[in-house]
Amino acid sequence: MHSTPANESAVLDQDIAVVLPDPGHGDHGHHEPLWAKPPVPFFSRGTLVLCVLAAAGLAVLAARLIWGLSAVTNLDDQYPWGLWIAIDVACGVALAAGGFTTAFVAHILNNEKYHPVVRPALLTAVLGYTFVALGVCVDLGRYYNIWHVLMPSMWQGNSALFEVGMCVCCYLTVLYIEFLPLVCERFIGRVNLPGFLKALNGPVDTLLRVLDATLARVMSFFLIMGVVLSCAHQSSLGTLMVIAPTKLHPLWHTAVLPLLFLLSAFAVGLSMVIFEGILASRSFKRSIEMHVLSPLGRIVPFLLTVYFGAKLIDMVNRGTFRYLNDGSLQSNMFILEVVLGIFVPMALFMSHRLRRKPVVLFTAAALVVLGVVLNRVNVFIIGYKPVYADGPYVPAIPEIILTVGFISILILLYRFFVFLLPVLPVEEEGHNA
Amino acid sequence: MVSRRDFLKIAGSAASTAAVSLVGGEAAASPLHLDPDRIGVLTDFTLCIGCRRCEWACAQQNELPFGPLESCDDQSVLAEMRRPNAERFTVVNRYEPSEGQAKPFDIKVQCMHCEHAPCVSACIVGALEKNPLGPVTYDAWKCIGCRYCMVACPFQIPAYEYDDNLTPRVMKCNLCEDRTLKEGRKPACVEICPQEAMVFGKRADLLDLAHDRIRNQPDRYHNEIYGEHSVGGTSWFFLADRPFTELDLPEVPDTSPAEVTEGIQHGIFRGFTGPIMLFGLMSVLMKSAGDKRKDEDKEDPHA
Repeated sequence: MHSTPANESAVLDQDIAVVLPDPGHGDHGHHEPLWAKPPVPFFSRGTLVLCVLAAAGLAVLAARLIWGLSAVTNLDDQYPWGLWIAIDVACGVALAAGGFTTAFVAHILNNEKYHPVVRPALLTAVLGYTFVALGVCVDLGRYYNIWHVLMPSMWQGNSALFEVGMCVCCYLTVLYIEFLPLVCERFIGRVNLPGFLKALNGPVDTLLRVLDATLARVMSFFLIMGVVLSCAHQSSLGTLMVIAPTKLHPLWHTAVLPLLFLLSAFAVGLSMVIFEGILASRSFKRSIEMHVLSPLGRIVPFLLTVYFGAKLIDMVNRGTFRYLNDGSLQSNMFILEVVLGIFVPMALFMSHRLRRKPVVLFTAAALVVLGVVLNRVNVFIIGYKPVYADGPYVPAIPEIILTVGFISILILLYRFFVFLLPVLPVEEEGHNA
Repeated sequence: MVSRRDFLKIAGSAASTAAVSLVGGEAAASPLHLDPDRIGVLTDFTLCIGCRRCEWACAQQNELPFGPLESCDDQSVLAEMRRPNAERFTVVNRYEPSEGQAKPFDIKVQCMHCEHAPCVSACIVGALEKNPLGPVTYDAWKCIGCRYCMVACPFQIPAYEYDDNLTPRVMKCNLCEDRTLKEGRKPACVEICPQEAMVFGKRADLLDLAHDRIRNQPDRYHNEIYGEHSVGGTSWFFLADRPFTELDLPEVPDTSPAEVTEGIQHGIFRGFTGPIMLFGLMSVLMKSAGDKRKDEDKEDPHA
């Protein structure tokens, strides 16, 4: 992730705010600095590593398509779901929750302070959900039938998975619509197609303007739809495992699992914004937006408290405390999930003094992310004990390579879009002293 | 961004469109439309001799790989507990003899064809269906291969063709639906059984028969019919000489887990009231937050 020192000083000399050259369509009023293009080259040592990982992941994808699931996974009749469902899908959805949580805080509650983090969170959500959909398709035995989910003749309203599928489809559409203004903003007055396509510059520009104006009028609807759809499928993702009471460990199997999934999504959404905000600042050599991220961090302990409260009430209600000290992997993982993912970050976030330190803020946010990842892995893998299990499920190496590869592609695309579109705000003076 | 009136207009019309168009399409909580004459099978394990001919007949019927009939005589496979898999919809397993008996105790397992089947409830596209006449059937053409049915099955029955890269299928017993429902014949396994350990018939009659057997020979049978209440009732019943947990048959709840998940799903989404109310709440929040900001801006035009 680091460029060479020589590189660094050269790029730091440039003005970070970029004014794009106007290709000459007259005065369109877009001369002000739009966004901060990162003052670093696109390719760094880190991105090259990511490219290698991405290529390895794609190789596994090819193997899966050619030789089938058994060639690259340890899935079997006992463990029909593995790493891809737990990480690519369940964690993917949870960690992309920054999209709707920031949309709620910044747009629906109209809190302007948080506007700078909305676009990075939106980009994460767009990419995150796109890869959730791709991840599902890789895991599906008959991925080419995925369209069946959308056919009213095959709708199956009893299935929690149907609800997840429909909501993710709709939400992905909403996310793309929410993302369109960035494209409009970037290209209105600057459409500059190469070669013979030049003739289309005018019409495309007009199209973008119409689109931009239309979107501005209806965006509130989509922002709210995004929140509603997110609440619906974040929770339904938890409903999935409720159908397997004899297989899922009692520490996690509860009828309120959908509520727990939703509440943890709230907390991890904002934490993810902090986590990636700090990471991106480092990678793009920007100062960390502590004036935005630190107040966001103040909200997280409240959300964690609500999440833990619900978890605790459920535990008392079902008397599952007795499973806590039996020394099993499940019991230890549950304790780890709660202590590392809830208690420690709660303490870190709550201290006003500590919260203002970027290192602490980052650690706290990362722990919440880790906690929710652990929770999803626990629910879908660790806590899942088939009736006739003759051993635990351990992901095959290619399964891990594909998951790592997909995450690498996601990060590369994130970087690409940050360079292409107005995602990062222009840095303000004086806030980060 | 958008004027309040515009916004409320959009929100209102969208909500009502959603309410009108989608509620109709949403499947209501499905009451089980089961035929009172639906079929089933009663397996009396006390009669089974472990000849495995049912396995052979099942393989023939479902075009699964299996050696000649004589290969069933190889009893060495009974040394280990086996599970149904993508190439075997039913298997026989061997246990210790009953008290005072010399002959080992054998049991045959296959899909139970639950009345309120979790796999059917879980299936995202309705590829698995409960035929009102009894069988839980599978339509490979509809299937997208998500394998949620396998997660949902409390008996761990559905198997998957993981080796197939293009057209993998969920594999399980379909109660010989072609024979039983279309031709009025017995399932292949029932027909071949030399011991008549299995009885094919109407589910209601089979329950009566099973109760009669237990009543008439209380010493021979453990006083329980596996499947009578399991997961809210199944189409296949077992009788044995001992508690079923000793035969590795899973302890399952007396109601279908699908009732809980369907309750959650329909509780939240019936008539889309939950989502529509949330949408309304968000609209109100957004409007009041916007108004507040407008007021602030008026007070301080430089803000």
